[in-house]
Amino acid sequence: MDIATLIFSALYQFGDAFAFLVLSACGLAVIFGMMGVINLAHGEFIMCGAYVTASTVHAGLPLPLAIMTGAIVAALVGALVELVVIRHLYDRPLDTIVATWGLSLIATQGTLIMVGSTMAGVGTPFGSFQVGDYSYSIYRLVLFASALGVLGGLYMLFNWTRFGVLARATIQVPHMAAALGVDTRLIYSLTFACGAGLAGLAGGLYAPTMTLVPTMGATFIMEAFVTVVIGGADVFLGTAPAGGVLAVVKSAMTSWQGQLFGQIGLLVSVIIVVRVLPKGISGFLLRERT
Amino acid sequence: MKGFLGLFRRLEGPQTVGRGPVFWIVFAIVLAIACAYPLFSDGYTVGNTVYFFIWVFIALSLCLIWGYGGSLSFGQTAFFGIAGYSYGILTLNFGSAYGFTWIALLLAIAIAALFALLLGYFMFFGRIAGVFLGIVTLAVTLMLERFMAQTAGPEWHIGVARLNGFNGMSAMPPLTIPWPGGDIVLFADIGLYYAVLGLLVVVYLGLRILMNSAFGNVIVAIRENPERAEMLGYDVRKYQLITFVIGAALAGLSGVLYTVWGQYITPSSMGMTAAALPLIWVAVGGRSDLTSTLIGTLVVLAAFQALTIYGSQYALVFMGVLLVLTVLIAPNGLVLGVMNLISRLAVRRSNGDA
Repeated sequence: MDIATLIFSALYQFGDAFAFLVLSACGLAVIFGMMGVINLAHGEFIMCGAYVTASTVHAGLPLPLAIMTGAIVAALVGALVELVVIRHLYDRPLDTIVATWGLSLIATQGTLIMVGSTMAGVGTPFGSFQVGDYSYSIYRLVLFASALGVLGGLYMLFNWTRFGVLARATIQVPHMAAALGVDTRLIYSLTFACGAGLAGLAGGLYAPTMTLVPTMGATFIMEAFVTVVIGGADVFLGTAPAGGVLAVVKSAMTSWQGQLFGQIGLLVSVIIVVRVLPKGISGFLLRERT
Repeated sequence: MKGFLGLFRRLEGPQTVGRGPVFWIVFAIVLAIACAYPLFSDGYTVGNTVYFFIWVFIALSLCLIWGYGGSLSFGQTAFFGIAGYSYGILTLNFGSAYGFTWIALLLAIAIAALFALLLGYFMFFGRIAGVFLGIVTLAVTLMLERFMAQTAGPEWHIGVARLNGFNGMSAMPPLTIPWPGGDIVLFADIGLYYAVLGLLVVVYLGLRILMNSAFGNVIVAIRENPERAEMLGYDVRKYQLITFVIGAALAGLSGVLYTVWGQYITPSSMGMTAAALPLIWVAVGGRSDLTSTLIGTLVVLAAFQALTIYGSQYALVFMGVLLVLTVLIAPNGLVLGVMNLISRLAVRRSNGDA
């Protein structure tokens, strides 16, 4: 194997890991960064997105539309959850963890009871291409592009729209924003729904690549949490660079020792990073500004 | 002698509910009933009660770390699993002669505590607090489960003990007491019952003393306001780390006893569901008090088992609903609320008499 194909292979694995980390983490990061709430039911929103995507594909919808439907349904469920549970717990962050964990138990077990232990999946579209001796899935490149697209979209949403300005104002000084006439409750609801929708999007995008089981959320959450912990509270200055760094660790460890050691590498890096940078990468980058 | 009496005085204090002769009379009656209970019951039911008692240790450990210390840890199940596996590996390799099982028990707990010391050092000295602590401990727990689940191949063994991947380890010897004229083997009924009951009483009273001592008061002060505690000159990190390690040791004890009880341990005892259950018991019982955690754990476990008989699928959904409702409606826990009500009534009545 010559150097070029080797480099391509490494880049491909990096892109794959990066897409997985960023897509699974950004929903969590939006909710955490904007509201300080850790949503332990994050994996279940991903599962929800994947299940809705798969069932709409089975109903005859084309895949891109199905993925959008998955994201929208997850966002609606998120809005409902915010209204019923999360809204009452904003001043008790630890209790939101506990409550969302309760929700995750209900969702996993409820799905198991209602849909059964597995659901017919969706085939991976686009086929594959050949570089050197190895063949690569084109869909993985689509996932990488989607991850970049999501980051770009979020940047535009929070920096260029009125909602983004109001949301950032609400995060910085909630009372002042409220005094200036911002409906902070609505902003929180929308932000939570946005995070849930992003989780649903991740689920929809990954639905064609994995087995659909009620516990599938658990495969995402560890990566998502690790990325958010390392990234810190800011989506752009935290989640994106954390995704980049962790993707290097993960893809290197995975190609060296296999999948599990990729994950162990992630865990070890998170433990070391929290010791060195307790506020994550974004805390480190933003230390001048605060 | 005086210092010893001083310890006893710490059995009641501001950090634990229940004081005065009435409480201790009730305690003595409950203990007497618990001691007499196997005489009126069959081996299977007693073994099942032992199973309940075993979980109380991990619940108390979570109560200590989360309820008193204010740091939500999902790592308890990880320490539970580490100690359980360690006990299995040690006893399968070295057998159970000469009371080695008890040494293995202590060693397994020490291994779990050591692991907690290492993890806790990185977390508390990195000043991780609040929600992040929960996430990091959860990530560690899940990682450990995944790691153990893939150890199915024959290359994964320590000494003669195969780790066996998802099926877990089994057939480790039960606890034995060396005795002249034949060891006493504590099988999972009456023998183990008394051993575990004894441990439970010791741990419960010991934790009461610990929480009402100066150490416990500092821990509660840190929960209430870490900055203030620090300004008063306490090294918050050290206190949190020590609490974390004690909690891990208790969770480890739970894990060893579980392994001894069923003579098996699997990776799923460290999974998401396994990590959620202690949280539910403690939250529903009342996380900021030892007694309510103990009662809550036993009640919720019994309810869970009863539900499982009628519909095991729905039992977990019910537990989730119970957890969410508790957090929303009675954040301090149901049992603690009831106990506070009782003590308030008792106080009012004694005031009326005077």
